[in-house]
Amino acid sequence: MFIVIRLNHSPLTIHHRPLPIHIIMTHNATHPQLATAFNKDEARVGWHDETLWWVRQKRDKAAWALPEWEQLRDTASAIKQNVLSNLHDYLVQFEQQALANGVKVHWAADAKEHNEIVHSILQQHNVTQIVKSKSMLTEECGLNEYLANNKVEVIDTDLGERIVQLANEHPSHIVLPCIHWKKEEIGELFHQHLNTPEGNADPKLLTAAAREHLREKFLTRKIAITGVNFAVAETGEFVVCTNEGNADMGAHLADVHIACMGIEKIIPKREHLGVLLRLLARSATGQPVTTYSSHFQQPNAGQEMHIVLVDNGRSVQLGREDFRNSLKCIRCGACFNTCPVYRRSGGHSYHTAIAGPIGSILAPNLDMKKYADLPFASTLCGSCSNVCPVKIDIHNQLYKWRQVLTEEGHSPKSKTVAMKVMATALAKPGLFKAGGKMMRWVLKYMPWLVNNKMNAWYKQREMPAPPEQSFTEWYKKNRT
Amino acid sequence: MNVGLFIPCYVNQFYPQVAIATLQLLEKFNCKVGYPLQQTCCGQPMANSGYEKLSQGCNELFTENFAGFDYIVCPSGSCTLHIKDHLHSHKDEKTAASIRGKVYELSEFLVDILKVEEVNAVFPYRVGVHQSCHGQRGLHTSQMSELVAAPFSKINQLLNKVQQIELVQLNRVDECCGFGGTFCVAEEAVSARMGQDRVADHEKNNVQVITGGDMSCLMHLEGILRRKKSNVVVKHIAEILNAG
Repeated sequence: MFIVIRLNHSPLTIHHRPLPIHIIMTHNATHPQLATAFNKDEARVGWHDETLWWVRQKRDKAAWALPEWEQLRDTASAIKQNVLSNLHDYLVQFEQQALANGVKVHWAADAKEHNEIVHSILQQHNVTQIVKSKSMLTEECGLNEYLANNKVEVIDTDLGERIVQLANEHPSHIVLPCIHWKKEEIGELFHQHLNTPEGNADPKLLTAAAREHLREKFLTRKIAITGVNFAVAETGEFVVCTNEGNADMGAHLADVHIACMGIEKIIPKREHLGVLLRLLARSATGQPVTTYSSHFQQPNAGQEMHIVLVDNGRSVQLGREDFRNSLKCIRCGACFNTCPVYRRSGGHSYHTAIAGPIGSILAPNLDMKKYADLPFASTLCGSCSNVCPVKIDIHNQLYKWRQVLTEEGHSPKSKTVAMKVMATALAKPGLFKAGGKMMRWVLKYMPWLVNNKMNAWYKQREMPAPPEQSFTEWYKKNRT
Repeated sequence: MNVGLFIPCYVNQFYPQVAIATLQLLEKFNCKVGYPLQQTCCGQPMANSGYEKLSQGCNELFTENFAGFDYIVCPSGSCTLHIKDHLHSHKDEKTAASIRGKVYELSEFLVDILKVEEVNAVFPYRVGVHQSCHGQRGLHTSQMSELVAAPFSKINQLLNKVQQIELVQLNRVDECCGFGGTFCVAEEAVSARMGQDRVADHEKNNVQVITGGDMSCLMHLEGILRRKKSNVVVKHIAEILNAG
């Protein structure tokens, strides 16, 4: 309760938005606590839900425009299945091709090593100011914080990411990082940081201000980091997808381009992009394709190109048979937009870089204790699995993670006790009948025992009206 | 046809009228219905909470109770799906496997097995159908809005045979109501909000009765409707198909 109260009264909370993720993390708040805080502002929850539902509807329209949509999903899933079955070979092939193309290749076992590699490249070039386009991998590795601690200034050049960066927050969505911000609030933020006129929330004006602000950074920074959407084993090239062209602007204007990728981003052949690129933007935003799908194969004359291949728990996940195919994810965010829980709890309630349903099956692999709450932040409705362009069975994996987390002892003791009592009562017909009868009697004659603050159901819902008799009692009287 | 009637624990205790309607409906369609008196629960409350191992007692009891029927029919997609996916027996796995293959949710049993053409029911109300997720996405009792595939709905197919009923099109045809088993209390804030939003969709479309194949979703929606003193009521599909 302490956490919830603090969240509501914290001076850092702007317009009741959730706190920055690093504040959340130090408080060890769980999804239900953070979601409860998010739900205090009912109008905002409605707005957040409608905004993301609109994106889901755009995705539906784009999918229905392709009669072969389901076949595309099957094919993409099969391509990724092949990748996961032969990951080692494709990674070696990719490295060979990239080296032959004149690219420097680095291998990082975990987030720490990834951050150190990136920092060492900056140090070699005596660079302390860089630009970075969108990369969920660097979010996952906490690169911005690491570099900040090492006195390196990172400017995120994706507009949404720049907004959350100015606000000292983390993205709340992997494709739409500032989807939890209203344009009026962005106007206020830009007024503070970029000197735009007070009270002006005209998207055109704000975008132009961001453009001008970022242009100076692009022109003066010597090193640019980008993410990677797909890396092609047969050619050693990688593809970066953006709508703003900021990855291209950064990479082409800088002397050094560092591309950071998780090892699961490998695809065997260039032709597979014909399947995956068609699915990515349609699933993400309903666009036929991202505005820029840029292929990088070798450094331009006088430039350096680095690729950092990061494991950070992926090979462990690959070894977990039940959870392996979560590595098929192409980070489209469709499962976020369709998830009724995500839409009503906001990305920060997941207290991890990758939120939503996919984040809830990825995060426990990294730290079961810290993320034991996430697989329970779902009704197991299954909508996520249906929109997934690579057909990850997300809701089944949520169920399976619940079992693993309980087995591994990450369930509260009180819950275990309650479950044992319930399991005993339900396994014995006599106890079940007596318990049911008692429950109905209490509801009828002593409703205050149930209808009170201790009962989370009763907070916003009435209990069922108790019937005179159970079905079994009726059946005995009428049919036996 | 020898049919075992599988009644979810909370329906048995709180909604006996749904079980009675299911029984009478099956009898109307000439099924010989048996109701094992020692049945309790499918074990889903423990399993979905991460305690599948604790549901073994329920599994063994269920296997004992429902051995020997041609079909097992349940007025809940969620409980049916749980049995289909997770019923195992240490004592008699052969019987458990056979049960997994012949357990049916009510609407799929009426449509796929009994191939019901006529429903002798009258229900003169504006009705909104709540597509419960486990029936819909788990058992495929109706097409899912996420997929690019031809629409169908076994529930609507049956309800369309009811006289004087007016089925209402909702804005969001298959969004989850937020019940989710223990989710409804563990994630109380989100659960309640999801339910309130579902109710609002029905109310906006002037629905008088919300129906569905799962009483658990309807119990959650009813709790919200009654709290706000709404005139909208919930009825299980069995009650509508058995009406008049």
